[in-house]
Amino acid sequence: MNEIAAPTIEYGQLAPMLLVFGAAILGVLVEAFAPRYMRKAIHVPLTLLALVGSFALVLVQVFVNGVPTAPSAMGAVAVDGPTLFLWAVIAVLAFVSVLLINDEDNFVAQASAVPGSIEEEDAEVAGMSQTEVYPLVLFAVGGMLLFAASNDLLIMFVALEVMSLPLYLLCGLARRRRLLSQEAAVKYFLLGAFSSAFFLFGMAFVYGYAGSVDLSAIHQALPNVGGQDTLLVVGTALLGVGLLFKIGAAPFQAWKPDVYQGAPTPITALMASGTLVAAFGAVLRVFWVALGGFEWDWRPVMWGVAILTMVVGAILAITQTDIKRMLAYSSIAHAGFLLTGVIATGGPEQNQNALSGLLFYLLAYGITTVGAFAIVTMVRDAGGEAGHLSRWAGLGKRSPMLAGIFAFFLLAFAGIPLTSGFFGKYAVFSAAVAGGVLPLVIVGVVTSAIAAFFYVRVIVLMFFSDPAADGPSVAAPTIGTATVVAVAAAATVVLGVFPEPMLDLANKAAATLFVR
Amino acid sequence: MTTHYLVLSVLLFTIGAVGVLIRRNAIVAFMCVELMLNACNLALVTFARQHGNLDGQIIAFFVMVVAAAEVVVGLAIIVTIFRTRRSASIDDANLLKY
Repeated sequence: MNEIAAPTIEYGQLAPMLLVFGAAILGVLVEAFAPRYMRKAIHVPLTLLALVGSFALVLVQVFVNGVPTAPSAMGAVAVDGPTLFLWAVIAVLAFVSVLLINDEDNFVAQASAVPGSIEEEDAEVAGMSQTEVYPLVLFAVGGMLLFAASNDLLIMFVALEVMSLPLYLLCGLARRRRLLSQEAAVKYFLLGAFSSAFFLFGMAFVYGYAGSVDLSAIHQALPNVGGQDTLLVVGTALLGVGLLFKIGAAPFQAWKPDVYQGAPTPITALMASGTLVAAFGAVLRVFWVALGGFEWDWRPVMWGVAILTMVVGAILAITQTDIKRMLAYSSIAHAGFLLTGVIATGGPEQNQNALSGLLFYLLAYGITTVGAFAIVTMVRDAGGEAGHLSRWAGLGKRSPMLAGIFAFFLLAFAGIPLTSGFFGKYAVFSAAVAGGVLPLVIVGVVTSAIAAFFYVRVIVLMFFSDPAADGPSVAAPTIGTATVVAVAAAATVVLGVFPEPMLDLANKAAATLFVR
Repeated sequence: MTTHYLVLSVLLFTIGAVGVLIRRNAIVAFMCVELMLNACNLALVTFARQHGNLDGQIIAFFVMVVAAAEVVVGLAIIVTIFRTRRSASIDDANLLKY
């Protein structure tokens, strides 16, 4: 009998992720055993503490134990510089999103009650709330952390599902406009399951090619396996479909506007920031670590995808009449800008520049996005949030402070100097020019100009048109929402005026590139 | 010879993918996704046989567990929308557009 050797698992390195998963499981136990009236009072501190703890553990790893130089958990998870940076970013974004989620009135009283039924009314009168939201969010965040760190296609697939399954459910839990919300959940679920099947089939083909799903083993197999290129090409294409769906790159962007509009706005904030960050971590890992030696084959296709994504995102955003849909198309355009950085590969130094630019961009974009969606939750009509753009007319005259901050966020999306968006775009585009993808950068700059048009259009609408008599009211922000807006605005200013410390940090995180 | 199994797997995957795109009932579309996952499993065990290692077979177990979890979440969502609209047709869910 051969003995099976026990695997070594570096629990210390994985602690930030394990803490989030542990808190999520505790949250499930709270749902099972705590009385209904106490649940929210337990969930909120538990969730926030888990995310703060996770952030603190990342800092401990970086500044006390040092950045690990080899993959952990038998090569399944890579806790390297970029991973730790992305983990810290995801923890921060999830923390501010949870502050929004904690806000009253965003989630349905009882998800199982049919919209408009007496049952639903009873649940609302009884003051019930669906507190399962908190453990679901923690599971999704845990999946995001694992997704960005996986060094193995199987782990990546499991992480993809752990991240996505709770998000499918969360999308369907909006308190108002429940038909839209449920429809968004169905669409997101069917398309998400469809795309993860593609990811899985791609994984099977790459496994058939390399004989392993370990990213470094695939990298080593590239020059050594001959005559099987069809398997590799098909596998890469299918993996690409699965991953590009998650970042919302064209032509796989169709779900994004629908889901962003239908989902409860705090969940949209979490998806637009955290999921995008995690998915870009995974894209970089697959295409740089595993398929880095195959770049001459995937780069041309990625060129097309990046151009299409930027153009589709910027052009279709102009025609939107709903604020959340417009932000969704803006997110698609930003995914295109970020893809430019993914394509800008070259020597190690070039890769470091591109990677640090991407890390900074993801942080800057993520935090501004959460702030923008936080403001969307505050502009309300009788029937909930005032989504239609025409309702935002004259908001600047009614509440100049709020409209001013929103305008500032939009300018950051457009990449105006003195905002964080400018340095994010500058870092990624300058790395892309150095990487020899000048045509992409030209498309990027032109589409940025188109995008700036519709951002400015909203600003003009808010400040230079007269408010409607029955216009939306601006809800007095709760402490949570006010904190989120303040943090996001402060981060956008600080990263725009003094970007050096954060750029240095991103450079340091990118200095070692990905461990293999 | 493992080629036959691969051909079968690709066929099953294609049937599943086409099914998702053309069938209107959410349950049927979802069953087609499951068919795609099973086609992946077949490809994985075939490649495991070809390479003479067990990775592919173990991955197939993971895929089954994930598929089971997906069924739980998916059916919950589809049942909710069916209770609201008295229909599980994807074409009827058309409030979100443009």
